Amino acid sequence: MSSNNDYWKANIALIVKCLAIWFVVSYLFGIVFVDALNSIRIGGYKLGFWFAQQGSIYTFVILIFYYAKSMGKIDEEFNVNEK
Amino acid sequence: MDLQTLTFIFVGVTFAIYIGIAFWARAGSTHEFYVAGGGIHPVANGMATAADWMSAASFISMAGLIAFYGYGGSVFLMGWTGGYVLLAMLLAPYLRKHGSFTVPEFISDRYYSKTARVVAVICLIIASVTYVIGQMKGIGVAFSRFLEVPYELGLMIGMFIVAFYAVMGGMKGITYTQIAQYVIMIFAYTIPAVFISLHLTGNPIPQLGLGSAMADGTYLLDKLDQVVTQLGFAEYTSQARLSTTNMFVYTMSLMIGTAGLPHVIMRFFTVSSVKAARESAGWALLFIAILYTTAPAVAAMARLNLMTTIDQPTAEQNLAYVDRPSWFKNWETTGLLKFEDKNNDGLISYTGDKATNEMVKVDRDIMVLANPEIAGLPNWVIAIVAAGGLAAALSTAAGLLLAIASSISHDLLKGVWHPEITEKQELRYSRLSMIGAIIVAGYYGFYPPDFAAGTVALAFGLAASSLFPALMMGIFSKKMNKEGAIAGMISGISVTLIYVFYHKGVMFMKETIFWDIDPNWFLGIEPNAFGAIGALVNFAVAFIVMSRTAKVPTEVEKMIENIRVPASR
Repeated sequence: MSSNNDYWKANIALIVKCLAIWFVVSYLFGIVFVDALNSIRIGGYKLGFWFAQQGSIYTFVILIFYYAKSMGKIDEEFNVNEK
Repeated sequence: MDLQTLTFIFVGVTFAIYIGIAFWARAGSTHEFYVAGGGIHPVANGMATAADWMSAASFISMAGLIAFYGYGGSVFLMGWTGGYVLLAMLLAPYLRKHGSFTVPEFISDRYYSKTARVVAVICLIIASVTYVIGQMKGIGVAFSRFLEVPYELGLMIGMFIVAFYAVMGGMKGITYTQIAQYVIMIFAYTIPAVFISLHLTGNPIPQLGLGSAMADGTYLLDKLDQVVTQLGFAEYTSQARLSTTNMFVYTMSLMIGTAGLPHVIMRFFTVSSVKAARESAGWALLFIAILYTTAPAVAAMARLNLMTTIDQPTAEQNLAYVDRPSWFKNWETTGLLKFEDKNNDGLISYTGDKATNEMVKVDRDIMVLANPEIAGLPNWVIAIVAAGGLAAALSTAAGLLLAIASSISHDLLKGVWHPEITEKQELRYSRLSMIGAIIVAGYYGFYPPDFAAGTVALAFGLAASSLFPALMMGIFSKKMNKEGAIAGMISGISVTLIYVFYHKGVMFMKETIFWDIDPNWFLGIEPNAFGAIGALVNFAVAFIVMSRTAKVPTEVEKMIENIRVPASR
């Protein structure tokens, strides 16, 4: 059971890390600090606007695949994978 | 070939595909009817989830909303995608491990209570029925605009098609049709966007085109900002939606609501393993992101096209009403576009000032539908858009109907009232409740209630404030007991409903509005954004009640330990 506890702790740590990034790109970059970021430009995009309408969505996709891959490794490490 | 014939051919072919799938993917057991046999490939499920998720609102209305709200429309883009991050990490893998057929079934097992199950079914039905009404309306509207058949006939045809594959195949039939519908939908959305982006910026990828320069060297977004501010509208790239607090809470409500919607969660019961559920959420969001990152480009480009067609730098050069293009006339006949020559100069003046603005009605929904015509794209592109809009409405309606039907046949009938019925009987009842759900949804499509307009946004608030917290606490807190969960669900959904009804009227009836004054909003939060506050109330009430009531039984603690780990032990 204690190995299961460590496994769950590793999962929570990974989730906290991923959700921190999730929060920063959408709520901070896209909403709270949007005006400050808008003074920076990439091409025709103001950076804050880009995060709100493009960047946050790309980050979300990468985050889920990263989580799935990392959890796969953690599953193996703790020997809890299916079959 | 003329547009009408082409549209009939495209829509006809797609419907033939759906019926073909219905015959091929019949369900022979409840396992197939509820979870498509449980062996759907993660990528296939990702595609089906994307179609399940992207409704007529995503396909038709979202780009229109962004076109007029500009930066403020970002809440929908972030809110309706960010929820998948929560789903992938906080719910889907563990619910898949538990292996139930429905969301209320998990709640019932986890909270060792039939009462909890019934409360969950009520929350599910309130959220899903409000949502499905919007889809039924979407089907009728899409038919009547593109095929020029009466709204009622269009709705009948749509109901018949959904009934065909949803009743025969259940989740199995729905899954395979949703995959086909995703493919149709994504082509229908991106093809016009590619053409328009190429035309305006020379870059065929809309996501890059939006940040590119136009032929005259100015960036597209700068040009748009310049055009709209000149005419007295708010600056496109910086107009916030009410306030930073409101945008923050609105985005949070949509994200939590997305993760808590039962018809989406159910899709993850169809994959073969925990690992597959995690990956599948990634594929789902990738397929959704293709449309969601294209939408802002469609929005900005459509707004720019609309403005520059009508308005010129000096008012004397504005488009003369007699010279208006054919798409203008077409949409005028539907009543969604309206011109009123206030200064009688025969020229169209479109400004942000209500007193002088002569475009008295520009319905937001026409932005996506009229876009190909405004940009002068060939007829076959317009015909594809029609088929895509129908695919979006049908696929979401089917997913919602299954969520409703299975909660009745599996949760209420088999789970609570008649546990003794055999599998064969349950399968028959599940088909009957599907037919019942279609009839109820169809009834509301024929006689849309007064509150139809506010319903889709309400569904998110309800799912966010009731189901999401109960599911999340069920997995992440071993101590959460049935008393806490039930009290949490009831108080979360009540607070949200009361806040919405308080400001918008009971069941959205205007005469029951108590105080129709905006400053009365709590922290300036608009009613549609209140789901996140409801969720907070849910969590708080649940923990308070839990601390004063009996402990969770040991075998339930064992069950929680089991769902947290992929391996079966």
